[in-house]
This record gives sequence, structure tokens and C-alpha cells, in this order.
Amino acid sequence: MSLDVNGVIYETDEEGYLANLNDWTMSIAKAQADKDGAELEDAHWEVIHFLREYYNEYQISPAVRILTKAIGKRLGSDKGNSKYLYELFPHGPAKQACKYAGLPKPTGCI
Amino acid sequence: MSVSKSFVCINRKAPYGTIYALEALEVVLIAGAFEQQVKLIFMDDGVYQLTRNQNPAGIGMKNFSKTFGALSDYDVDQIFVDSESLNLRGLDATDLQRLTHETNDAEERLSIKVVPRKELVDIIESADVLFNF
Repeated sequence: MSLDVNGVIYETDEEGYLANLNDWTMSIAKAQADKDGAELEDAHWEVIHFLREYYNEYQISPAVRILTKAIGKRLGSDKGNSKYLYELFPHGPAKQACKYAGLPKPTGCI
Repeated sequence: MSVSKSFVCINRKAPYGTIYALEALEVVLIAGAFEQQVKLIFMDDGVYQLTRNQNPAGIGMKNFSKTFGALSDYDVDQIFVDSESLNLRGLDATDLQRLTHETNDAEERLSIKVVPRKELVDIIESADVLFNF
């Protein structure tokens, strides 16, 4: 599969995850969110950038429980809870946010 | 989560050249994500997995040794390294990554313990589930 962003074609897997994480730009994230009918606001970007930093440091996309805990530790407990994260990313915070962040699907995610 | 078992994963192989090390890490992350109690043992060439400053770019591999730093987020914080295996390879604890975790009262503790081989026996015997990679 592929994703068309302003005429540039990017390769994705069958679920829409970007094939090459170095391709990622914020416009790609917006295009992926558009496809899902989602709008990205500051709170979404905070999680997306958090995930990219996490991947850069540890080379993995964290599972949802881990993401929740890690966000709580680094961004505060008002953000490190399932309710907050599921409101932002109703398809599953780790799954959906990793997709917009251009990262692989989290380990242990079915 | 209903059932929590004690997992022990023994890592014996060098980090690159075979897929064992990477697959073992994947198993450990999944077990950790599902809130199982996981302990890791590194022995034989497996001790090389924990060495600092790995750079496998030249062989086209991802440097997955960075992922060990995330283990504490997965509550995997008991990592045992066989001292004999280190000695035989001319390595010591200072050649290994400095992995830490926080206790409940927010104190930083080291996750890696270098132990004599005979101490590994008890750890292995305590396991409900034993993986050997």
C-alpha cells in the first residue's frame, strides 16, 4: 500500500504504517489522520513527538500500558492515564499514535 | 490481570549473527507488557548483548541494545550476568550498559547484577516458565 501526500508517494504496510520511518514528516501524520477522519491538535502532537523520541532512544514502539506509564512519568499523571489517551486516540493510543508517528506497530499489539 | 507467572529467560548467544537475541528480547517485552514477572540471565556469548556502544550499522542491523534501556518501563529490572562468562571473555561489569530502575519510593537501583554461576541455579529453579535462547 502507499500514501499520497501532496503528490509524493510513500510506501506503507497493509495497515497504513509507514514502511520507512525516516520518511516521516508532520504532513504525513496529517495525511494519515485525514484518512481516519481525525484532526490532530497540540495534545495529539505531544504524544506523537513523545513516541518518536521514545523510539529514537529505545528503538521500540511501547505497548499501550507502557506508553501510559511512561507518559505519566514524563508529562504528568493528568496525561498518563488511559482515559486521556483514549480520548485523543480512540483506535488505541499506542496503535493509532504510532501510525501517525511513522513508527512500527507496538510489540505485543494484536 | 489475573495470572502472573515467573518467567526466566536465559540468553546465551552473541547479539548479532543469529536472530536469537532479538527474538528473546521480543518475548521478554511481550511478557512484560502482560505484567508477568520476568528475570533475565546472560551467560556464555550472551554477555556481549549487554555491552556498551554497540554499532551494528555496518552489517545493516538495528542497534537493539538500546532497547534494554526500556526494560524498566516494562518492569523487567532483574538482570543477572554470569561472572565466569564475563571473565572468560576479558570483560567486567564496567563493559556493560548501566541499566537502572526506580523502586516504589523513587530510589534509583541498578538492574544488572553480576553473580557467580552457582547463584544462577536458584533463579532458574524458581521459574514457572523457562526460555533458553
